Amino acid sequence: MEPYKKHESIAALMNRSNVDTDQIIPKQFLKKVERSGFGQHLFHDWRFNDDGSDNPEFELNKPAFKGAKILVVGDNFGCGSSREHAPWAIADYGFNTIISTSYADIFYNNCFKNGILAIKVDKDQLDKLMAEIAANEGVRFVVDLENQQVTTPGGNGFSFEIDPFRKGNLLSGLDDIGLTLKHVDKIEQYEQQHKQQFPWLWA
Amino acid sequence: MHALEYAMKKTMYEKIWDSHLVVDEAGQAPLLYVDRHLMHEVTSPQAFEGLRLSGRKVRNPHSILATMDHCVPTKNRNLPIADPIAKKQIETMAENCRVNGLRLYDMTDPNNGVIHVVVPEHGFVHPGMVVVCGDSHTATHGAFGALAFGIGTSEVEHVMATQTLPQKKSKTMQVVVNGELSKYASAKDIALAITGKIGTAGGTGYVIEYTGSAIRELSMEGRMTLCNMAIEAGARAGLVAPDEKTYEYLKGREFAPSGQYWDQALAYWKSLPSDDGAEFDATVTLDAADIAPQVSWGTSPEQVVGVDNVVPAPESFADETKRQACESALAYMGLTANTKITDIPVDYVFIGSCTNGRIEDFRIAAEVAKGTKVANGVTAIAVPGSYHVKQQAEAEGLDKIFIDAGWEWREPGCSMCLAMNGDELTKGQRSASTSNRNFEGRQGKGGRTHLVSPAMAAAAAAAGHFVDIRKL
Repeated sequence: MEPYKKHESIAALMNRSNVDTDQIIPKQFLKKVERSGFGQHLFHDWRFNDDGSDNPEFELNKPAFKGAKILVVGDNFGCGSSREHAPWAIADYGFNTIISTSYADIFYNNCFKNGILAIKVDKDQLDKLMAEIAANEGVRFVVDLENQQVTTPGGNGFSFEIDPFRKGNLLSGLDDIGLTLKHVDKIEQYEQQHKQQFPWLWA
Repeated sequence: MHALEYAMKKTMYEKIWDSHLVVDEAGQAPLLYVDRHLMHEVTSPQAFEGLRLSGRKVRNPHSILATMDHCVPTKNRNLPIADPIAKKQIETMAENCRVNGLRLYDMTDPNNGVIHVVVPEHGFVHPGMVVVCGDSHTATHGAFGALAFGIGTSEVEHVMATQTLPQKKSKTMQVVVNGELSKYASAKDIALAITGKIGTAGGTGYVIEYTGSAIRELSMEGRMTLCNMAIEAGARAGLVAPDEKTYEYLKGREFAPSGQYWDQALAYWKSLPSDDGAEFDATVTLDAADIAPQVSWGTSPEQVVGVDNVVPAPESFADETKRQACESALAYMGLTANTKITDIPVDYVFIGSCTNGRIEDFRIAAEVAKGTKVANGVTAIAVPGSYHVKQQAEAEGLDKIFIDAGWEWREPGCSMCLAMNGDELTKGQRSASTSNRNFEGRQGKGGRTHLVSPAMAAAAAAAGHFVDIRKL
């Protein structure tokens, strides 16, 4: 995983709530056995017309949002299935930051495993950011994870909360499994005790 | 035990959480031990690839059970899979399980079927366990009083390598359903009514425990249907305390404890239910008698009403977000506000999935379908959740009832729940479906899904539109 660095990027706006993972990456693209290449299918059913051409009505197809790394989106983003293909598609498309009021649980976890910073803000703050983007499409926000700060040219900057463990992993780009395996002796100890308490699970 | 601990009343979730903590140190996420790891072909290949690339091994192959379900065709199973990418995913699964020595019930195995239907049939999940799967409907197994939740593919790899997961402790929500369900209202209707009441984000950050007399009355199959849809209300997991029904169901199954271990296990299981007076962070109450058979009208499982109701109008929602969501759902669904639910026609009927693909579901649907004919222009498919469900249904003659009524009787698989396997709606087609999600495009691009119970689906197939089955 790439370490997450402070950046200034275009913030794209999707003013939709309850965007589910079936929309983020429709099921016909879940049959691949690799992790890569899902970005081309991100939001497929909204993004493309039936003939495969770009749907000009879809927010992310606006030229002003080209190259955006920040996605500003409505409540309960990523609800539905556990498919990690959703954050893979988001990251592969080029986003590394999402700003919303709330996320579905599994999706939120999956983001951090893939170098995506999912920032939670209150409804008021989200409305301000959305208004700023709507009034000035192509506007660039600065995201500083180290200091937990977002700044915007319109003065709608804010600081955000994040779990220190998730923050540390994003900043270092460290692999979760490696961190857990530092505790391998404790896992072994637990298993010994587990075998005594629940012998039928190990028979 | 200290006096203080005596005084602490714990919920079932807290008991399971505490007993599975491997590491709980300041400055890092608690590590939770995983007892059972379930797998299917869609969310695992990249995890195996990661394991291989890092030179790690599966820590406890014994803890894993895998099936193939999402991509498998439900007809012409004697022919090779037509879709080359699906075929490769299936082959990759078989190879990964072979190389790592994992238990796999493949498409030709007599134990094949949808993972969340197959696992309970074999008694693989017990009360008090922590169970994970790269699938959000893992919540199903909460019916046994196990903490069961869906995880992403990175986490699948993490569990394979370490048998643990870094986890944040959830809040607890008690959903109390007292009273008696009316005739033909089912666990599915309870699940939809709860989602309608609290919304798809209402349970976010929580583990739900379902309590109350109506929950006690549910069969194990009904409890599985209910817990299955905990995720549709945004919850991390759903739980039902184990009781005599749970023990009765498990006894004698392949992976259930036996002999000397049975009594030992039973004593442990009986210690699991939430202590009297344990506190929940939130409580939601429903009266079972008020729950009419439910029909979803929109593109989110919270957009649901009783069958005796009408399609709501956007202006009936005070909340601006909900009003907009209603507007766009009506446009996608091709519905007009204030249309009676019973006036909505259907083109396709699907009974099956990890929500409603169990024997009880086919029994009640067959009872409704018996002696009827599928309405003109309607296609109706019955897809057992597992090969054992199929065999059992056939032994009871249910397949004949469906076939005589003009239904197709299929091979087990996820089928039209998520349309990755050739079973799908075409643009504009409208379904009555016993599955769990009515998201845009879920059953095929442009397809329009109405979530219902098996009995409601069977009645819609015969009438060609939704029917209030209480009046049949």
